[in-house]
Amino acid sequence: MTLLEQFQLRLGGIWPDWAAYIVPGVVGIVVVLAFVVITVIIFIWYERRLLGRFQIRLGPNRLGPEGIFQPIATALKILLKEDIVPAKGDKVIHWLAPVIVFVPVLMIFAVVPFGERAILTDLNVGIVYVVAISSVSAVGIYMAGWASNNKYALIAALRTVAQMVSYELPVVLAILGVVLMTGSLSMTQIVASQDIPFLILQPLGFVIFFLGTVAEMNRSPFDLLEADSEIVAGYHIEYSGMKFAMFYLGEYGHALAYSCIITTLFLGGWQGPLLPPIIWFLIKVMAVFSVIVWMRATLPRLRVDQLMAFAWKGLLPMAIINLFIIAAEVLWLPETMPWIIVAVNFVSAGVLIVLWSKLFALGGGRVEV
Amino acid sequence: MKFERYGIGIAKGMAVTFKHLFRAPITVQYPEEKLVVSRRIRGNELVWFPDRCTGCATCAKACPQGNIEIVTHVGNENNYVVDKFEVDIGRCMFCGLCVEACPYDALAMGRSYEQAQHRRRKLILSKEELQLSDVRQPSGYARPKIEASLPKQSLLIYGGREGGGQKLSWLGLSKKRGRGV
Repeated sequence: MTLLEQFQLRLGGIWPDWAAYIVPGVVGIVVVLAFVVITVIIFIWYERRLLGRFQIRLGPNRLGPEGIFQPIATALKILLKEDIVPAKGDKVIHWLAPVIVFVPVLMIFAVVPFGERAILTDLNVGIVYVVAISSVSAVGIYMAGWASNNKYALIAALRTVAQMVSYELPVVLAILGVVLMTGSLSMTQIVASQDIPFLILQPLGFVIFFLGTVAEMNRSPFDLLEADSEIVAGYHIEYSGMKFAMFYLGEYGHALAYSCIITTLFLGGWQGPLLPPIIWFLIKVMAVFSVIVWMRATLPRLRVDQLMAFAWKGLLPMAIINLFIIAAEVLWLPETMPWIIVAVNFVSAGVLIVLWSKLFALGGGRVEV
Repeated sequence: MKFERYGIGIAKGMAVTFKHLFRAPITVQYPEEKLVVSRRIRGNELVWFPDRCTGCATCAKACPQGNIEIVTHVGNENNYVVDKFEVDIGRCMFCGLCVEACPYDALAMGRSYEQAQHRRRKLILSKEELQLSDVRQPSGYARPKIEASLPKQSLLIYGGREGGGQKLSWLGLSKKRGRGV
């Protein structure tokens, strides 16, 4: 029983039924929304500082202690800016697109387990719900690109659709590996079954899922849709003011959401010794986000064809093979000896990565003189 | 088939950026922290030596802007006495032609690069303000004698937050600066 249901039961005796149902729900939604918005603001500050440190800079450090108020100043500036709509753009869709990008991100948090019972609704198909909802943002981005009546925006939108569709497959196949071992689609069940985190049990699945989600949240090195050096700002080139802020929030909200999902699926969620569950959860989310920032600081952006090749020729076959290996292990190997599974999976991950890297070696197929 | 190109390059790159986390930031936070620049810098200020100035006004003629205003009268020893020597650095473009023109080495470029003022009136410098002082030192630019007298110096020397004397080597910064990490 989640905390929310407990709250509803307690109110049930005193208040009329409809109020006892709605009020705790609204309270839960407000708490989760506040968590998302505050964490996103902290994430923006944290990413800028960390990126600065990776590049031997300082990052924003003027406003408040260590620059902690910088995102608030940025948000205020964005709020006060003029909202410019292109004269020949599609005004309704232009207005609707930021909402469609931002709202699904918030909806993901309905099934994110912050603690054993701290979850808004423990859907029995939680992870399917996440997969379904998270890809709706692609529609919003495509709408933004279409409505802007701008060639760069449209290029970015088309790239996004291709990218989202391509990377959805390996991500789902990697999730299937987790689901096979857990035997449940519920997020709390997935966490509860991780005595050994799936990061150790399924290293290859983790790598595939991590890279796939980084591509789906459109962050570097897969940030082709806003590749500054090619298409200026991509789909939000014609956006300003609060609409731009919605895209910005949506992007970082996506990062936060996927960090939470990665934590839940592969890092053991809230589980951990000594500290309270929520603290463990936040530590793991921060660690995942730090790795994403680290990748952004290091790796150059992929070309469009490389991006597609990486999904279809790299991640997808590896994900299928990974799924078959895990299915065989679940079927034939005894559950009492997980360390055999760990050893087999690590070896197979290494072999597969080395084999598949041959596909992407520079100069492949060329005759060296 | 050689055993190479299996993604180790990515790992190496990630290791490089990870090491950067533990280096001192290269940023110099300008108003609080300043680099000690070379004494041979051609700064944007003028230094005037009244002893050597004969009031010949060659500098004023050389100035493309006509910035230098010089008023003299004849003194007792058959010389010119400079009454007024004013430079409006608000219009000056620091071309240094006056320094090169002066036949008596009475003008030199200074070392400073911070000339901003809050009032335009303060940009017009009188002859007292233009003279040699602690903050107004001549650089070695176009004055080989001054240049020879300056000590040898390398670039990029860090002057501390407190300003002034302490000098650290650029690489020694990481120990000195504990913040911002």
